[in-house]
Amino acid sequence: MVDLNSIYDVLVIGGGNAALCAAVTARRKGKSVLLLEHAPRDFRGGNSRHTRNLRVMHSAPTSVLTESYSEDEYFQDLLRVTAGNTDEVLARLTVKESGNALPWMESCGALFQPALSGTLSLSRTNAFFLGGGKALMNAYYHTADCIGVHTLYDTEVQTLHFEGRSVRNVTISVKGFPANVRAKAVVAASGGFQANLEWLKEYWGEAAGNFLIRGTPYARGRVLRDLLRKGVMPVGDPKQCHALAIDARAPKFDGGIVTRLDCIPFSIVVNNLGDRFYDEGEDIWPKRYAIWGLLLARQPQQIGFSIFDSKSLNRFMPSVFPPVQSQTIAGLAAQLGLPPAALEKTVREYNIAVRPGNFDSKKLDSCHTEGLVPPKSNWALPIDVPPFYSYPLRPGITFTYLGVKVNEEARVLLESGTPIDNLFAAGEMMAGNILGCGYLAGLGMAIGTVFGRIAGREAARIADN
Amino acid sequence: MELLRSFTNPDLSYLANLCHNCRGCFYACPYAPPHEFALNLPKTFAQVRNESYAEYAWPRVLAGVFASNGVVVSLVTVACLTLIFMISIYFQGPNALYAKHLGSGAFYAVIPFRVMVTVSIVTLGYALLALAMGFLNFWKDIGGTIPELFSLSNWQRTFADVLTLRNLGGGGHGCTDKDETFSNARRRFHHALFYGFLLCAASTTVAAIYDHFLHWIAPYPFVSLPVLLGTMGGVGMMVGCSGLTWLKLVGDQTPADRNLLGADLALTLLLALSAFSGLVLLALRSTEALGILLALHLSFILALFLVLPYSKFVHGIYRSGALLRNSIERRLGSAPSSE
Repeated sequence: MVDLNSIYDVLVIGGGNAALCAAVTARRKGKSVLLLEHAPRDFRGGNSRHTRNLRVMHSAPTSVLTESYSEDEYFQDLLRVTAGNTDEVLARLTVKESGNALPWMESCGALFQPALSGTLSLSRTNAFFLGGGKALMNAYYHTADCIGVHTLYDTEVQTLHFEGRSVRNVTISVKGFPANVRAKAVVAASGGFQANLEWLKEYWGEAAGNFLIRGTPYARGRVLRDLLRKGVMPVGDPKQCHALAIDARAPKFDGGIVTRLDCIPFSIVVNNLGDRFYDEGEDIWPKRYAIWGLLLARQPQQIGFSIFDSKSLNRFMPSVFPPVQSQTIAGLAAQLGLPPAALEKTVREYNIAVRPGNFDSKKLDSCHTEGLVPPKSNWALPIDVPPFYSYPLRPGITFTYLGVKVNEEARVLLESGTPIDNLFAAGEMMAGNILGCGYLAGLGMAIGTVFGRIAGREAARIADN
Repeated sequence: MELLRSFTNPDLSYLANLCHNCRGCFYACPYAPPHEFALNLPKTFAQVRNESYAEYAWPRVLAGVFASNGVVVSLVTVACLTLIFMISIYFQGPNALYAKHLGSGAFYAVIPFRVMVTVSIVTLGYALLALAMGFLNFWKDIGGTIPELFSLSNWQRTFADVLTLRNLGGGGHGCTDKDETFSNARRRFHHALFYGFLLCAASTTVAAIYDHFLHWIAPYPFVSLPVLLGTMGGVGMMVGCSGLTWLKLVGDQTPADRNLLGADLALTLLLALSAFSGLVLLALRSTEALGILLALHLSFILALFLVLPYSKFVHGIYRSGALLRNSIERRLGSAPSSE
């Protein structure tokens, strides 16, 4: 059982995908491993519990992936979404090693969905976990348990104590009780800081108080901040976060995928004054959905309202909450707490500005407005067939980009560029090395798996010395 | 089905009865309790299933028995115990229960042959009729037609699903029977109970043929087809009932509905008592205990026949119907083809 008086070979900070990959890898090399998860058991697994797939390089079809996805294509996709904001060496390492991830994951009890044939383009590039990320985490925890990884839940790491270029011991809080733990090597895999509203307020001011956090409330960035204060080299823009428009009625934390809304291209979006503020039909939705979080963040009270009529109700995937509904625009405004006259005026002006065209939700179509500021460039249809509907929207933060700089051994670097002797990082905590900005589906899990395994392997090696 | 935005009551009945309660969704769901959304599909589906048992019950006036089914099954069992002992005493006198009866016709010295046969045929016949009517009510409600029932190709996959419990295999690794780890325990215990039950039914059928056509009168020797089938069946049922009860009691209670535990346990216990009393009867049939043991065994069997259409037993009927609907949808391409 857990013995905080002993010196562990490897201490893993965090309880998500990267942490478990590191813990299992180190334990399989015969090391004693202690894993510290901030969340209670029911909420273990960090944001990995909300994930669904992993992006995998492969040269031929497998049982879970169709066709092939080469190293170069994968890397080019990464270059495109990050606009070059990536460390090529680490990025290529991730891409190459992702090709070896699946058999290893299966050896840890991971199950995958068979590749879906047909239109879903993601089945070529991404392997889907059977049951999703939480099922994957259950499998990993079960494996870790069976091979003798010691795990403490409800345990927050507060600070790492350095002696020269080595971590000597770590102050933790176990279910609220203070303790110290010593280890020969430490893997930090405790995520970003997106659930730390006070930290977000440093960049966003009081507006951050109205942000909703889509994932775990335990990603508070305590270890990240501790390391940065102790002279570790940062990576990634601290102000940037991945944010999209989600249902404003979502819980403050952990609402996950079911609170996402894809209604914006088929509606107009107004702020709490009843005014439009951005072109809802600027481009196809997959290219635009990630800008709406920050657009909403700049509106008063950080809230918006998508307004549409009965024609559009079934054109998008709804959120888990029912839309607000009324027979009149004024009635809708009253329910939403918007000034009715202002909303009626906005809708009237919009309807007048809409030009007839051939509506096609699948591509940029000819339906647009004329003489309206801001315009709606595509999918503009008059809002005139009651009942009228609305989804209230707020910024939903997925993750932050700030992390620590690492090398190919997942070793954390000091600002001088010198590696720390026995500290490694994996997962979201260092994902900014590879994903400097933007988003690529399944890349976070690929980085976590690849660098989790590297960190586990290297930490085990250090513990031998 | 997975593309629907809203669900009607028949949709929910279909889905709930198609659900094998593997609880995989519960352990995979990031919204399961204690998340504030508290999504608990296995529990909700168990409740919907129980409501559907009441909704499709035949005759409808008996729908209420599913409200507190554990009590109903227990009371019926008590009533049957009383009735069988009274029948024995009425027809054969009070001493027959305590006397030693040996050789051919020993059982009928306790309960007359005609009474035993008449009561069995009437109660079993009624039970089968009520189960069939319930099945038809369900089948029509979920959009099934009568001609669909007569197409053998529709049934092929369904038979395989029912006989192998393919859906409790999870594609090989099993299901989350007890907690979030996978096992095949529930599937294996259910097989033991299911095939044990069938072996016992086969034993009774063979015995009826011996008696009616060959005029070999029970009890039969230890090495005879009815006794061998019945013994294997009885042991299988005991193993199955014990295992399923163990899983119910030690398993995670969160995805289960506590209010339905009584119904589950009452039927499992009745099945176990039927099997156990039969095995003990076999062991002690040459002693003075025969009379009491036979009366007990027949009481449990009578109770079982009576509650077949009004207990957890109906899950097999509606699950088969839902699997049939699903196999037809797969053939039409309106259900996902991946496993």
